Amino acid sequence: MTALNTQPNLDRPDELYARLLAAHRDLDDAQSAKVNAKLVLLLANHIGDPQVIDEAIAAAREDVVTGSTP
Amino acid sequence: MKTYIQPRYGYTRAADQDGATARKPVVVVGAGPVGLALAIDLGTRGIPVVVLDDDDTVSVGSRAICYAKRTLEILDRLGCADPVCERGVGWNVGKVFHRDALVFQFELVHETGHHRPGMVNLQQYHLEETLVRRAREIPGVDLRWKHKVTGVAPHGDRVDVTVETPDGPYTLACDWLVACDGARSPVRGMLGLESEGQAFRDRFLIADIHMHSDFPPERWFWFDPPFHPGQSVLLHRQADDVWRVDFQLGWDADPDEERKPERILPRLRAMLGPQARFEIEWASVYTFQCRRMKRFRQGRVLFAGDAAHLVSPFGARGANSGVQDADNLAWKLALVVDGRAGERLLDSYDDERMAAADENIAASTGSTDFITPKSAASRLFRDAVLELAKRHPFARRLVNSGRLSTPAVLRGSPLNTRDRDADFPHGDAAMEPGAPAADAPVRGDRGPWLLRYLEDGFTLLAFGPVAAADVEALARGEVPVHVVTVGEGGVDDVEGLCATRYAARPGSCFLVRPDQHVCGRWRTFDRRAVEAALAHALAREDR
Repeated sequence: MTALNTQPNLDRPDELYARLLAAHRDLDDAQSAKVNAKLVLLLANHIGDPQVIDEAIAAAREDVVTGSTP
Repeated sequence: MKTYIQPRYGYTRAADQDGATARKPVVVVGAGPVGLALAIDLGTRGIPVVVLDDDDTVSVGSRAICYAKRTLEILDRLGCADPVCERGVGWNVGKVFHRDALVFQFELVHETGHHRPGMVNLQQYHLEETLVRRAREIPGVDLRWKHKVTGVAPHGDRVDVTVETPDGPYTLACDWLVACDGARSPVRGMLGLESEGQAFRDRFLIADIHMHSDFPPERWFWFDPPFHPGQSVLLHRQADDVWRVDFQLGWDADPDEERKPERILPRLRAMLGPQARFEIEWASVYTFQCRRMKRFRQGRVLFAGDAAHLVSPFGARGANSGVQDADNLAWKLALVVDGRAGERLLDSYDDERMAAADENIAASTGSTDFITPKSAASRLFRDAVLELAKRHPFARRLVNSGRLSTPAVLRGSPLNTRDRDADFPHGDAAMEPGAPAADAPVRGDRGPWLLRYLEDGFTLLAFGPVAAADVEALARGEVPVHVVTVGEGGVDDVEGLCATRYAARPGSCFLVRPDQHVCGRWRTFDRRAVEAALAHALAREDR
C-alpha cells in the first residue's frame, strides 16, 4: 500500500496530454465516455493498490463535488 | 402445469384443538424449505416440533431453483440430498454473453474430490416434496396443513399462538416460535417488526418452459442480447425438461400485461428460434428488494429465511441462505430446549446469521448494480467492463452476473475460539475458526466422504492419535465430543486431500460444531483446550 503520487512523474507531460486528446479525436461524447471508462479500468487494474486508487478517486472528486476552484 | 401435479396433503385435525391450550417446546411457522429443514433437524435431534402452514401443498411454481454445494451438504446431514441430486440437474459451468458473443465462462468448483457438485438445479416444489417426505418419517415432527397463524402474543416465559383452521381457531403455547413464513412474513407483521432495505426499480419476467433440448446443463447469462436488446436474460435447466428463462423488462413494464402468454411467447420465440417447440409451465413478473430485520432473535421469537432477510435472485442466495439459517439454528435451539445450553446461545444465531445476511445483501446489491445499472455512469462502466472482458482477463473478474452463493465463513462469531498465535503465526485461512468443514474423499466404514464421519453433535477431527482415555472423557461430557481420527487407525485420507484442505500437520485438531462449522483448531491435541473451546461454543462462560 503506497500513497498516490501527485508530484510530477512524467518525462514528457505535453506528450501525454496530446495522446489523451488524440485518443478522443474522432469520437462522439458517448464514445469518449466509454474510452475514458475503459482507460480508468485498465489503469486501475495495472495499479492494483487500493490505497492509490482510493486517493485518486478522492482527488478526482474533490473540486467536482464541492464546486469550488482552487 | 404439464410436468408436475401439486400434492394436496389435506387438513388434519390435531388433538390439541380440543381441550386446554397445549404447551410445545418449538413451533415453526411456514412449511417452506427453511421451516421444513429446521423441523427435520430438530426432530432428528429428538426435539418435538409443530410446523404450522396456511396451505396444504408445496410451492406453486418453481421459485428457488439453485441449491449450492453447501446446501446439498446440509441436506445430506438431514438425509435429503440423494433424491435432490438424483432428480436435479447438477452443473458447474456458467457462461456469460454480451450481445452475440461469449465473453467468458466460469466454474463453480475448480477441483475434483467433492461429493456434491457446485450447484444443483431443481424446482422448489420437488425440494419441498422431498423435505415433507423426510419430515413425515420423523416421529417428533408434527406437520399441520391448513393451520394458519392469526395471532402471536409473546410473554416472558412463552409465546401464545392463535391458529385458524377449517374447524375454527385454537391456541398453542410454545417456548420458542420460529418464523419461516417468507418475505411477507405475517408473524413479523403481527409483532409490528420490519425488514428494512432497498427496493430496486426494475421488473423481471420468469418463465418456466417445458422443452426437449440438448443445451448443456450450464447457467447462461446474456447482457444486451440481440433477441432482447438493452436488457439481460438468464437461462437455467431444471429437472423434467423444464427450463427457467428470466427476462429483464425494465421498470416501465406493465406486470399484468407481461404475464400474458401472448406477450411471453414472442420473447421466447425470439430467443429460442422459430423451430423451437416448447410450452409455458409457469410464469411470473417480479421486482426485488434487499432488506433484513434489525435482529433475527426477538426474545422467544426467531426469524429465518426470507422472513428475516431478502436478496435479489441473482446469486441464488435466498433459499441457500435460508437453509443455512436453519442449519445454524437447529442445534442451538435443541441444546437450549433440553437444558444443556443457556438461551444466550441463541444470540449467536443472531450474530452469525446477520453477518451472513449482510454478506449476501452486499453481493446481491453488487450484482444488481451491474445487471440493472441505474445511472448513466453505472451503465458506462458496466458496458466498458463487458467490452474489455472479451480480450482482457482482468475485466472478466469484474463481470457480475450474480456472485453465486458460497457458504458463510462465520469469522466474527462469538462462538469461535481464537487461534493460538504460536500455532498459527500467519493466520492460515484454510479451515480457520468459522469456516464450514471441507469435504474430501476418504475410505472408512461410513463411506467415501469425510463429512459423513462428522457426528450430529460436536466432532473433533484429529490428524493424529488421541489417547483412549481422552476420547472417552470427551465422549462422556454433558455435551459430548466425538473424536474422529484422520489417518492411521482412523479414516483413511486416500488422496491426501483431507490434509491439504485442512492445511493439517500430524497432530492438528479441529473442533467442528453440529452444523459442521469449525470453531477451534490446534496444532497438537490438548484436552483442556478442546473442553474450553466447547464451553465457549456453547456460550457457557462469561463473555
